[in-house]
Formats: sequence, C-alpha cells, structure tokens
Amino acid sequence: MKPVPFNYFAPTSVEEALDKLAELGYDGKILAGGQSLVPAMNFRMARPGALVDLNNIPELAYIKPTSEGGLAIGTMTRDSKVEHDPKVIEMFPLLGEVMPNIAHAQIRNRGTFGGSIAHADPAGQLPAISIALDANLFIQSKSKERWVKATDFFTGPFMTVLDPDDMLVEIVLPPHLPHTGSSYQQVSRQRGGYAQAAVASVVTLDDQNRCKEARVVLISVGDTPILSARAKEILVGQKPTAEAFKEVAQAIAANEIDPATDIHATADYRRHLVEVLVERSLTIAFDRAKKGV
Amino acid sequence: MDKFPITVNVNGVRYDRAVEPRLLLSDFLRHDLCLTGTHVGCEHGICGACTILFDGEPVRSCLIFAVQANGHDIRTVESLGSTENLHPLQEAFHEKHALQCGFCTPGFLMTLIPFLEKHPKPTEEEIREAIDGNICRCTGYENIIQAVKLASEKMPR
Repeated sequence: MKPVPFNYFAPTSVEEALDKLAELGYDGKILAGGQSLVPAMNFRMARPGALVDLNNIPELAYIKPTSEGGLAIGTMTRDSKVEHDPKVIEMFPLLGEVMPNIAHAQIRNRGTFGGSIAHADPAGQLPAISIALDANLFIQSKSKERWVKATDFFTGPFMTVLDPDDMLVEIVLPPHLPHTGSSYQQVSRQRGGYAQAAVASVVTLDDQNRCKEARVVLISVGDTPILSARAKEILVGQKPTAEAFKEVAQAIAANEIDPATDIHATADYRRHLVEVLVERSLTIAFDRAKKGV
Repeated sequence: MDKFPITVNVNGVRYDRAVEPRLLLSDFLRHDLCLTGTHVGCEHGICGACTILFDGEPVRSCLIFAVQANGHDIRTVESLGSTENLHPLQEAFHEKHALQCGFCTPGFLMTLIPFLEKHPKPTEEEIREAIDGNICRCTGYENIIQAVKLASEKMPR
C-alpha cells in the first residue's frame, strides 16, 4: 500500500457523482482511468482526501455521431476503444496516428479519453489533440453546466478551468471540412515514452488549393499545449509551399515555445526538434489535404 | 479508514474480502490472496511486471485499486501452466531462453496471452509493439521475440 489513506466513493450515475463532488469540494478528486493519478498517489505527490470513482458509470463511455456530423466521445471511453474504433479513425485520422503513441497498450486499456484531457499534462497527447481538432468540452457540476472550447480549457501545467466540483462529461469533435489533412509527429526516447517534443497539425485547403485553416499544436514545450498563432498568420490565404513551412517552423521554434531542460532533453534540443517536426508535419498534412485523405 | 467488502473472481476462483481503498490490486493479489506470481517492480506503471488480465484485457495491477476489482474477472500468471505442465507460451520462453532472472516474465506472459489470441500469426513488428510496455533487463528482448514466434507455432488455434 503506497498511497496515503483516502475515502472512496463509487457512484453509479452521473447525478450521484456530481452530488458527491459538490459535497466533497476541494477534498474530492475524480478517479477516471487512474493511469496518471494512481502513479502520482503511489509517489504520494497526490494526496486526495477522497476519490470519486467513475468506473461504475457505464453511461459515460461511448462514441457516437453528432447531428453536425462530428463525434461525441464520453469522458470514460477507454483510450484503447478510441484507438480501435473504425469510425474515429475514418473521421479523424489524426487520432488513429496519435493513439498508439500514448504510453503502452496496458495503459490504454485502462486510461480514458476525458481523463487524459482533464489531467492536462503538458507532455500528454490528448490535451493537444483536443485543441488541434477544435474540440468542444461539456462540463457539468451539481449547480451548473457549460461548454468550453479546448482552446480555452488549459490554464497551466496540470491546470484547467475545471472547478473542484466539475466533471468533464463529453468531448465533441466537430467534423473536418473537405480538403482537410492532418499529421502527428513525435520524438521520444522509446516507444510509449513521454514526447521530448511533438507536433500535431490539422490543415484545410480551399478550392484554389490555398490554405484556409492551419492548426499547429506543440506538445511538451510549454506549460500547456500551444496552438501556434504564427502558423495561421503565415499560411492562411497562401499556397502551401516548402518555403512557407520552413518559415512557420522557424517562427514557432524562435518565438512561440518555452521548452524546459530536463534529464530527457535540453531546451535547445527541444527547440530544434520542434523546428524539424513542424516542417515535417505541415508537409505531410498538406499533402494529405490535397489527396483528400 | 473503512474497509470495503469486495467479491473478485481470480483465475476462476471467487474471493470475498474486505479491503482498504488504498490497497493496490497488485498488493491484494500478492498479500491478501498469496498469489505471488504477479510481480511488483516500479509501482508506477512503467515496468509492466505486474500486468494481469482485467476482464480479459492486460492492465497494470499497480495502477488499479483492489476495491475497483469488485465484481470483475482477474487472471494472473497462476492461471497458465504448472511446473510439470507448462503453458505452450511458457514452454517457448523456456526453450528460447527468454528469461534469465524471471522477474519480468509474469508481466510478459500476461501481456502476450491476449495478444496471441488476437494475433495468432504475429509479425516481428507486431511482437515488438506488443511488448513495448514491458521492461526486461536480462535478455535484451531478442530471445523473447523468438519465444513468441515459437509459441505462435505451438499454440492451438
């Protein structure tokens, strides 16, 4: 037994869970897949007074189409379910590319889509992907409910707009526009390891093959996932060219990221990686947008 | 802290116990049920030694609380062969020298059992991916990969 003692609650409905969270306030913590929380508790870095376990609420695990043509993913959907869902991969090839890079199969069997986003690890993939795919997040508490754009959700390392009594309930991914392509590029020490740096790009072309939209998100090089403003400024309205990709890559590496030095990589190395990976991901994403894949 | 009554099915045997919420499933298996085949390495989800099957899917037993196993079906390495009558996968590990100290082996085996069910004829690439969540500090992995190939030939399908 490594964690400190805590109270445990296993509600069987969302309503019951929200009641419990409201009652517990700052003492309560949601236990979703637990693949980040339990290690933190084993290290005693996290010492929640009480856990509200969502694993007995089957209604929180689903992948279903939305009326707008996108997908709604329930917060407790296991990562492995998302990884192997044919509809997800067809509609959002970016997820098909990203999911196998999230830790290991054993972790993905337990880890959850919503849990990973709510955990807001700046080195985590799904927070960044939620921004790249322009996700809408449905948040509920006992007293209120609201929608928050993924872009506005993350406020710092492991910090979000969620209040202690809030639950991230559903993640809605809007459908891609026609002529959209995406690419995920990551460098890590070994398969399944944390990204030293990673880049997710989602780009859309107009009828004249000019860039209509470019969402380039940087992972593991700042306090939160970073949505590049420069990529949009440089690319939108222009023909996508190798020179433009290089310009974007240099602008991002120079001005938009704040990488740290740790035992896995120096800040300079991470900056270098970002430059290479942005160029690579834009090249592939635009190529896919052109081919319509 | 209050104890919670749980009922767990482990390797086909029903166990009724009362557990503190903070008891990890790995410790529950080893200490409460005396099933010490499941090994505990890092206890933070990196090494894979404690991998077990939870409702048929391989997971880290060090990252689940025993209380969460209530009503679920668990399989550990003890459900495979015995010393006299090894499971074909264990036989292949033995034959190909896929273990030296053996500490990581239960985790590898429990990762590979469902893998071989889903991929009866795995490619080397698939095998390498399947074991990317398990650390072995003795073999250098090559012999493990050979053993999985051999097991895929031996195992009935």
